[in-house]
Amino acid sequence: MRLFIEQLLNGLAMGSIYALITLGLALVYGIMRILHVAHAAVFTVGAYAGLLLYGLTGSLIVGFLGSMVLCSVLGVLIERFIYYPLMKYPPYVPLIGSIAVMLSLEEVLRLVAGPYILTFPAKLPFPDLTVGGINISSTILAVYAITALVLLVLWYITTRTELGLAMRATSQDIAISGAMGINSHRIISLTFVIGSSIASIAGILVGIYYNQVYPTMGTVPAYKTLALIVVGGLGSVPGAVIASLLLGTAETLLIGYANIPLPRDALAFIAMIGVLMWRSEGLLGSSR
Amino acid sequence: MSSYVITIGTLIVIQAIAVCGLNVIVGYAGQISLGHAAFFGIGAYTAAILSTKLGLSFWTALPLVLAISMSIGFLLGLPSIRVREDFLAITTIGINFIVEAVFRYVPFFGGALGIGGIPRIMFFDIRLKGISFFYLCLGFLAVTQLICWWFTRSWASLACYAIREEESAASAMGISPVRFKLLAFVIGTAMAALGGSLYAHYMQFISAGDFSFPVSVMLLSMLVLGGMGTLWGPVVGTVILGILPELFRPLVDYRMLFYTVLLILVIRFQPGGLLGEESAMRRVLDPILRRSKG
Repeated sequence: MRLFIEQLLNGLAMGSIYALITLGLALVYGIMRILHVAHAAVFTVGAYAGLLLYGLTGSLIVGFLGSMVLCSVLGVLIERFIYYPLMKYPPYVPLIGSIAVMLSLEEVLRLVAGPYILTFPAKLPFPDLTVGGINISSTILAVYAITALVLLVLWYITTRTELGLAMRATSQDIAISGAMGINSHRIISLTFVIGSSIASIAGILVGIYYNQVYPTMGTVPAYKTLALIVVGGLGSVPGAVIASLLLGTAETLLIGYANIPLPRDALAFIAMIGVLMWRSEGLLGSSR
Repeated sequence: MSSYVITIGTLIVIQAIAVCGLNVIVGYAGQISLGHAAFFGIGAYTAAILSTKLGLSFWTALPLVLAISMSIGFLLGLPSIRVREDFLAITTIGINFIVEAVFRYVPFFGGALGIGGIPRIMFFDIRLKGISFFYLCLGFLAVTQLICWWFTRSWASLACYAIREEESAASAMGISPVRFKLLAFVIGTAMAALGGSLYAHYMQFISAGDFSFPVSVMLLSMLVLGGMGTLWGPVVGTVILGILPELFRPLVDYRMLFYTVLLILVIRFQPGGLLGEESAMRRVLDPILRRSKG
């Protein structure tokens, strides 16, 4: 029983990290209808930037903030120079552009930082807890706390501020929200700023959680998050979060208890196809 | 020609056959597929198993390979009826991952070791290798192109174009989207399987990694670069993207970066592909072709 609860807590932490990466993708899809595969490369850049800044200053806070700024700039650049000009073309055009951006960013990281695995020896300022004989490590606790904080801030921004209202309007119809006096290009850029900073937080957390940072660490999340936003209903933020938590937990428990011959990365896609056959618009998606 | 050039050439021609199949699915029927390497792999694995485990020759196995791959393509095409556009793109990525995982983890398919010892193709008691294998592949590419050309002239292609442009309007006109989407899927899969079968016999060893998702991306990039929905676009795109990594080889470390940056630039500035409508090359070529026709 103790082992089960520990597995469950690990799985939830995994799911929280998935949720942090998937959020940006869901936001971008919601507003631009573009599958932002390069998001996973932004996530990797975030991990490297956090590691570099932490190494230089010894402060995790500087690492987090600096990396968030850098990733926001990167996200906006990708949006300005690749996605926005390609928006009028069929969806596979920006999709391939996005995959190409991801591959080239991975290459740049490999050339700049080297192909080997770097360690991320930071310790998050959270206590190790022991509740009723169950150990909760400081990293897992930090992952929970930071995810909860990010979700709370995001919920506040999207539902309680004027920016959130503008974002929701833009995601419903760019042309009409533009006609209503919303600077939709600015809103799109701000969406990328928000999504990319969340991705950089996720990158640093993954780096600390596994204590490793390497150029291709974004490859598996890149495709898995695609499955997750589909399961959640494309563009639905709550759906993406729920799907991420479910997948993280299911993966960890299945690997721990059921002896499945397939690798865990294929499980996400099998689950996705199953959900799609049942509800073709995803769990929380609305049919358009 | 050196054997190096022949090897690169043969692989490019084999890939061109698969890309033509992708063109039928994506270019003609408008079904975004990011899992074409899975179909390529299904053809390769079927050919490899039939020739190593049952001892069939390439020629007797070929109809079986096509039949098996087409029925699998039919089954995997079924999700394409239920889902559209972005959903379909991600579903096909999923199919690619699942098929690759099956090849890698099921012992029947050789598991992580792959399948080795696939025999060379015999042609009237001659073992084909080197330049003669290249000519065989070229012949199959010609057949594939002929089928594509014939398809573009057929009534079925008109139906596919209609579905590609506006599915609900097409079905209101009495065109069954289900029928023609599946038809395109099956034809495209058959071409991919033909390419895969040639690939297995050429490499004589295959493993799951040869048919992973990056290969699908490469195939789709070749198609988009050349121009989707055009007859010669797939071949042109495959030749360009097949040769470029070899040309960049002297750059050693930087070659993948150049390759991907070039892909970004092409997508950014020629999103319709090099031979697509409105492309720079078409603007130059079209007046010349029209003049030569008189």
